[in-house]
Amino acid sequence: MSSTIIDRFRDPRLAQRILDRIKGYGVEIKLMEVCGTHTMAIGRFGLRKLLPPEIDLLSGPGCPVCVTPTSVIDSVLSLKGVRVATFGDLLRVPGRGGTLEMARGRGLDVRVVYSPFDALKMAREKETVFIGVGFETTAPGVAATIITAREEGIKNFSVLSAFKLIPPAIDALLASGKSRIEGFILPGHVSTIIGSRPYQFLPERYRIGGVIAGFEPVDILEAIRDLIDQKMSNRPRIKIGYRRSVRPEGNERAKELMNRVFTVEDSLWRGLGWIKRSGLTLRDEYAQFDASRRYQLLPPSIDDDPNCRCGDVLRGLIKPPSCPLFGRSCTPDHPIGPCMVSSEGSCAAYYHYE
Amino acid sequence: MSDRITLGHGSGGRLMHQLLDEFKKVFDLPGLEDAHEIEDRIALTADSFVVKPIFFPGGDIGRLAVTGTINDLAMKGAIPRYLMITYIIEEGFPIDDLVKISESAQKIADEVGIKIVGGDTKVVEKGKGDGIYITTFGVGIIPDGISLSTDRIEPGDRIVINGPIGDHGVAIINAREGFGLATDLKSDCAPLSQLVQEMLKVGGVKFMRDPTRGGVATILNEVYQETGYGIIIVEEELPIRPEVRGACELLGIDPLYVANEGKVIAFTKGDPGDIIRVMRQNRYGGGSCCIGRVEEDLDGVYLKTRIGSLRPLIMLSADPLPRIC
Repeated sequence: MSSTIIDRFRDPRLAQRILDRIKGYGVEIKLMEVCGTHTMAIGRFGLRKLLPPEIDLLSGPGCPVCVTPTSVIDSVLSLKGVRVATFGDLLRVPGRGGTLEMARGRGLDVRVVYSPFDALKMAREKETVFIGVGFETTAPGVAATIITAREEGIKNFSVLSAFKLIPPAIDALLASGKSRIEGFILPGHVSTIIGSRPYQFLPERYRIGGVIAGFEPVDILEAIRDLIDQKMSNRPRIKIGYRRSVRPEGNERAKELMNRVFTVEDSLWRGLGWIKRSGLTLRDEYAQFDASRRYQLLPPSIDDDPNCRCGDVLRGLIKPPSCPLFGRSCTPDHPIGPCMVSSEGSCAAYYHYE
Repeated sequence: MSDRITLGHGSGGRLMHQLLDEFKKVFDLPGLEDAHEIEDRIALTADSFVVKPIFFPGGDIGRLAVTGTINDLAMKGAIPRYLMITYIIEEGFPIDDLVKISESAQKIADEVGIKIVGGDTKVVEKGKGDGIYITTFGVGIIPDGISLSTDRIEPGDRIVINGPIGDHGVAIINAREGFGLATDLKSDCAPLSQLVQEMLKVGGVKFMRDPTRGGVATILNEVYQETGYGIIIVEEELPIRPEVRGACELLGIDPLYVANEGKVIAFTKGDPGDIIRVMRQNRYGGGSCCIGRVEEDLDGVYLKTRIGSLRPLIMLSADPLPRIC
């Protein structure tokens, strides 16, 4: 049907020209796409099969559901007499006591919302807890919701904040020393908020480059091409390939909202463990909207199946099929690890597309 | 496996098929198609409707109920004849709305020439239902010489659809959640029996299904599972409205898994040019086109993307979940 701006980034001839150049380099390279939406896009457009074998793409920790500790789900299941509002992805994530979807079958009032403001609307009728999961992309909208709740004097509303920050997680991956990653495809949406500057530590401290990419085939292929070029010329840098959305300074207004409501703290990542200054918690001024203080929820902990290798998948050490559970006991119908349950999880992407 | 029903069990994906397997252990079912030929070329179908909101752009639960029943019969090649309609109504439901719903049901029945001959009405306590649920029961006659079955599908067959994909599901989710996206978009909810009869007159149609719950991709997977022949559909040929595509991009869902209520997917022998020409003359077939073909040496259902790769279209576990970011 009619052509849109998106079609230009799906132009087969342009994609083919970039692919030809990538093949022409003949360079072996290990790259990580940090963001789950990139993992899905690579699967959806079948890019892995078009790329030559020397390009090794690993999926990173940028899948919100995947890195959220199981105990967050169990904390929610322990709530009584409140309404739980969540983004849909979390519905089928198993905690020790089952999933939110199963809990709904047993009578817990669970609602799927598309915006935290919908949860705030619900709070006018009934005490509502919004599960705040995600990265810098989703945190500003939740911050704006909390500010609105305070301005309008809505007391029935709180947020269980499990928000995480992307740059400290990338830093932690590299600091472990195990990684062989030679370049990063950096998340387009997170970077729309934070800009390109928070990634400068990559070339400066690790001599690794990154390209902030959009989510269409041409965006991703061009990011890969640029990263190979950076490796060949040995000049790693942070490049914005997603100029239609990302500016170096990011979105100042969104960052201001986030800073007003949240403060940075150490955070527990499923699969990766504790990472310093990598999570967001509500500032004391907003304590009344903090579900973990309001309901005295237990601090996060991890209780994973010892055979599940989501942690190694998230660190880029193995690919999903190397996990002994993958496709056998762990499938999208019966996910054991979090990477299988989210549609953006790398295991689900491999299961569906590879 | 959960020991209780979740919403996922009703979504047309793998979870629902697991549930159907449980039923098959109990009931001696001849098949799992929506309509079944009982005897003397009589086709029988039952369906139920729980759509929310009850009134949506392009229709309401009454129109949907009669349309859905007609289409289930039509996919067997049957001419719909009789219909019974049962209401389960929640206490407090406006009688005006009930009349409106009934009128739109009758309007579709008149258009197609199906006779509504009865039904049942039950009222449940406030809070024990969600406004109104409808159950229908339909009977149709299959004309002589018509036999549609996956058994007849073979490699080289073409796959034809009568217009844009995903309109119903996106219109509903948009109306339900109030996104304010695609504001002019209407459900494609439409009775297809006349279109189908015109297609059958041309000849060459081997099998038909309406891609409702689970969408086009789920239907194609069911055909693959029954025939063992792979299927390739071509992204460039897929009719998808820009507003549907845009809404799906935003929500992170794939229009190929979104429900339709006025679409038929037909498997045809060889070049479908003549069938498509006839389909385009029908009021519900203006956007008819060929989207793919059945392949010999291929396992599974694939989408040939614009950039030339083959992407597997698997059967989803349940409804696609909207993504977080």
